[in-house]
Amino acid sequence: MSGPVIGLTAVGLTYPGPPPVPALRDVDLEVWPGEYVTVVGPSGSGKSTFLNVVGLLDRPTSGTYRFDGVDVATIRENERTALRGRRIGFVFQAFHLMPYRSAVENVSLATLYAGVPKKERLAAAAQALERVGLAHRAGALTNTLSGGERQRVAIARAILHRPSLLLCDEPTGNLDSDNAASVLSLLTELNTDGMTLMVITHDGAVASRGQRSVTIRDGVLC
Amino acid sequence: MLKSRFRLPDIAEEALAGLLQRPARSILTMLGTTLGVGSFVAVLGLTATAGGQIDRRFTELAATEVTVADIGVTGSTDSAMSFPDDASGLVEQIGGVVHAGRWWPVPLTEPSVSGAPGITSRAGTPPIIAMDPSALAAARPTFTQGRGFDAFHAGRHEHVALLGSVAAANLGITRLDGNPAVFVDGTPFTVLGIIDDAARLPDLLFGIVLPAATAYDLYGPPTAQRAEMLVETRLGAAAVVAGQVALALRPDAPQRFQVTAAPDPKALRSRVSGDLDVLFLTLAGISLVIGAIGIANTTLVAVLERTNEIGLRRALGARPAHIAAQFLTESTTLGLLGGLVGTSAGITVVVIAAVAQDWTPLLPTWAVLPAPAVGAVVGLLAGVYPAQRAARVEPVEALRR
Ligand SMILES: Nc1ncnc2c1ncn2[C@@H]1O[C@H](COP(=O)(O)OP(=O)(O)OP(=O)(O)O)[C@@H](O)[C@H]1O
Ligand SMILES: [Mg+2]
Repeated sequence: MSGPVIGLTAVGLTYPGPPPVPALRDVDLEVWPGEYVTVVGPSGSGKSTFLNVVGLLDRPTSGTYRFDGVDVATIRENERTALRGRRIGFVFQAFHLMPYRSAVENVSLATLYAGVPKKERLAAAAQALERVGLAHRAGALTNTLSGGERQRVAIARAILHRPSLLLCDEPTGNLDSDNAASVLSLLTELNTDGMTLMVITHDGAVASRGQRSVTIRDGVLC
Repeated sequence: MLKSRFRLPDIAEEALAGLLQRPARSILTMLGTTLGVGSFVAVLGLTATAGGQIDRRFTELAATEVTVADIGVTGSTDSAMSFPDDASGLVEQIGGVVHAGRWWPVPLTEPSVSGAPGITSRAGTPPIIAMDPSALAAARPTFTQGRGFDAFHAGRHEHVALLGSVAAANLGITRLDGNPAVFVDGTPFTVLGIIDDAARLPDLLFGIVLPAATAYDLYGPPTAQRAEMLVETRLGAAAVVAGQVALALRPDAPQRFQVTAAPDPKALRSRVSGDLDVLFLTLAGISLVIGAIGIANTTLVAVLERTNEIGLRRALGARPAHIAAQFLTESTTLGLLGGLVGTSAGITVVVIAAVAQDWTPLLPTWAVLPAPAVGAVVGLLAGVYPAQRAARVEPVEALRR
């Protein structure tokens, strides 16, 4: 890829309210392929809002956002949806795994809307679980897994389709130090393999794992 | 350009997984549709079964029969026979009449009846019946041996008799080779034939039948039990004949007869189905509406409960239409399953009811085959609003929870 994965120019997002909340203001940022960027900032500063914009879950109210070179304001909702599904991997702070379904099934959902047949999805999901060291729990229902295991299932789901960009919101927020360490080394390993990473955290130790760290304060990036 | 897809087998699988999350709730939700579709199948099946039964009973035999009862003059002690002597001839002149004749029980109190002088019947006294030859013909008898009497025997007032097969056995008369006679209070009657079956008057099997003219001569007109006339008509003529027969017999006093023709089978069938059907089909319709409301409610609750899941699916690349398709499939599946269970239950009810009545169960294919589909349509319609709600869920809002 020749250009940046993320290209933000004067991006702002104001929640309509009332009263209107300017959650992001005048953000400029470029992230290039293979980079590992961490985003830090106090609570309520706009980190999650920023992640939603970058992850194509929300539209900025001002400025330009180019994802993989495409100005996302010019494409239709359905195309944005497809772009989000194929090129971006999400690791949510709250995991968002489906209860009553096995780990491998949860992981396989990543390519469900890419139209990949079930057999292939399950085979790839088993591999992804092996990658995160959870092959032995592949058949377990997710509501029986521990917090660290759930986080790793969520990561396996996020990397199944080899996204251009992996977005993680507080990936170690719910984990003890041992589990946190293993998740962080997994992220570093993925980055070494060439994946572009953006990790949101309030933990300085986590932030130091990236190549570059940016700070958000009151919706302003610095 | 990148495009999201949601393959059919995947839709089916995801919908099923959604339903199996809460199996008990899914089953309870199905009940309304089950009840509605089941009632439809049961009502239509029972109607068809009852209708088939009427068809079976309502043979051509019954459709061509008219009976005329002598009811005399109401409020009067006048017991004279209302039928004129040439009743047969008068009625047979009506268009559409094949045979017509009178019959009555001979007014003898405890006669002695025997197969040979001095020997009495083993099983009590058989009833003695007087019949015009044409009444005998209208009764459609068949004979094991011999034959019936005709106008010739009647005209000459001959002492002849027919035996019902049961009466013959009781009297010990089994063969006609030796011209056997039956003795009524000592009077001999030559046995002409033994009746094997009489389609319109099966009671003849137990009795002794004499020509009406002979019986009238010897024992007089009927007293306690009055005479009747049996008329056989051509197919389709029964109703018209019934309207004319009383006047043809006694233009001066037609009210002395009560004429009965078998009811029209079509009218009979619609009478059986009519009233009850409307009631039950209305109830079935109400159950279906309640079933639809149940499915709509459950699906809506599921949409609200699974907002997170919807947000996740949207983040993974699902379009709003894909979300709608999944919830529509879930509601349609609920309806279809309810319809299938209901159809089976309805069929079971029809079969059990028919077997209990010793009837042949009839299930009209036009009612049974589309019944599960009715359930599916109910589920589909019920799912429209919840699916729209699900499709409108904003992924950002859903994931914030
Ligand atoms: N839908 C909304 N409508 C109005 N205001 C909102 C909405 N969502 C977020 N906000 C506000 O925007 C600001 C930024 O919120 P955001 O969730 O991005 O913060 P954050 O940095 O992720 O905080 P935390 O670290 O606690 O998760 C906050 O002041 C929040 O109250
Ligand atoms: Mg946040």
